Amino acid sequence: MIFMHNTRPDRTRPHLIGTLFACSIYLFLFLPIFVVILNSFNANKTKPYATFKGFTFEWYIKLFDNPALLSSFGNTLLVAFASTVLSVLIGTLAAVGMHRYKFKGKSAIDALLYIPVVIPEIILGISLLSVFAWVSIPRGLITLILSHVAFSTPFVIFTLRARLSGYDLTFEEAAMDLGANRIKTFAYVTLPLILPGILSGGLLAFTLSIDDVIISYFVNGTVKTFPLKVMESIKSGVAPDVNALSTLILLGTTGIVLLTQSGLFKSEAKS
Amino acid sequence: MMTLNDKKQKMPMLTMLSPITSMLIFLVVIPLIYVLVLSFCKTNEYYQVMFTFSFDNYKNLLSPSYFQVYMNSIVIAAITTVICIVLGYPFAYYIVKQPPKIRTILYMLVIIPFWTNSLIRIYGWKSFLGASGLLNNLFVWLGITHKPLELLFNRGAVVLGMTYTLFPFMVLPLYTAIEKLDLTLIEASYDLGARKVNTFLHVILPLTSSGIFAGAIMVFIPTLGFFFVSDILGGGKSDMIGNLIERQFGSANNWPLGSALSIILILLTLIMVRLYTKAGGKLEDLG
Repeated sequence: MIFMHNTRPDRTRPHLIGTLFACSIYLFLFLPIFVVILNSFNANKTKPYATFKGFTFEWYIKLFDNPALLSSFGNTLLVAFASTVLSVLIGTLAAVGMHRYKFKGKSAIDALLYIPVVIPEIILGISLLSVFAWVSIPRGLITLILSHVAFSTPFVIFTLRARLSGYDLTFEEAAMDLGANRIKTFAYVTLPLILPGILSGGLLAFTLSIDDVIISYFVNGTVKTFPLKVMESIKSGVAPDVNALSTLILLGTTGIVLLTQSGLFKSEAKS
Repeated sequence: MMTLNDKKQKMPMLTMLSPITSMLIFLVVIPLIYVLVLSFCKTNEYYQVMFTFSFDNYKNLLSPSYFQVYMNSIVIAAITTVICIVLGYPFAYYIVKQPPKIRTILYMLVIIPFWTNSLIRIYGWKSFLGASGLLNNLFVWLGITHKPLELLFNRGAVVLGMTYTLFPFMVLPLYTAIEKLDLTLIEASYDLGARKVNTFLHVILPLTSSGIFAGAIMVFIPTLGFFFVSDILGGGKSDMIGNLIERQFGSANNWPLGSALSIILILLTLIMVRLYTKAGGKLEDLG
């Protein structure tokens, strides 16, 4: 590998045009986020709050006088936690089971897992809405959680599958030969081996859940998650306190993900 | 595979696989079949679904006004996909060519915008491009224009929003494909006297085409359904098939018609995925 790096033909000097191009792409990617952050400090109090008229922290203070906005954020966290736990449970059992056993219908499950990943989200949204209405499940937190489980579980399974592909069944056999029962074997042998995969799969499920707009839009009933609250206020012109909360969320998620990422890299390096 | 005692396997196997099986049946298979059934139904004057069998919804969807929306959707999705490839390929190539440490940072910088809600970012674009937004203020200040320009509510704004939202889905598979490139093959090509352009066209491009195909699928298909982007930036002036579906399940309250539209969108998706697998693409690369 080191040898190959040295003989790379076009790794002679950083390309000026390439660097400029990459910088403009990053500018493109971050531009609307800068706009949101800037607007969250905007002292302009007249709709549509766009022209910048000086700096203020007012919106961050106002944020705490807006219980509807804060409770929508609470709903988002609740749905994300519940659906992540469920999809990690279902996904871990499925990924290990599919890795371990050969059975009839395995290829069918395999194919079905790709449906929520490949079809446009709006299809999953309206089809879940139709079925919830058909069997008269009242729409709200429960239907939100179920729907989020439906689209995030396949991603958990795919993440774990990559992890399991290099995993040897003989460890489990050894544990069982030495007298451990199934549950002990799973808890002390299988689980520690696949834990990094479970963590990154769970993180992915959580991220997908808190960002989801389209599926939640159809199955929420009267419950508002944060993205749906944002959707509502975009239609009436986003009040800058939504920008303030978004800025705080960006800071929070960046912090959390950086922490977990460094944690993941550590456990990855150990095994 | 099954090395442990066969009879003892039944119970744990059922415990491990019945949750996923029931989830897929109740939350994926039955809902989709139900939508197919709905697409042949009708509504009465109280907007209630009547379980009758007819092709009326599909007949309605053949009218020219609907065709215009299908065409608009396909054109927007195609332009978005092409822009994502043209910008994404050199960008991913540039990242891969960096030393490992910088590469990791640059890669993370592509993902970080994801952590802000996608709606908020689209709203950021709206307020940037709006009549009293930053860009128009800048234009007026520079004297490029006296009156603010109308940059929103047209097809271009929708393409911009879609490209923005889906660009990372193009870059990530391209990154993976370019990273896997066997450099000895490129050297061989140079050694045999090929120039840069020829090496790119005949060696690098074919070897990384899997990334281009996977990225194209991951951009093209979602574009068709992202109704909030065409809603916010297109302002109802550049409707896509997703907007029609949303309206039938929302304000228009005609679920059977919306279901028929959804079946058309599913068929479109299946055709795209079939083309993808025929071209040698793997489903795993889409996960």
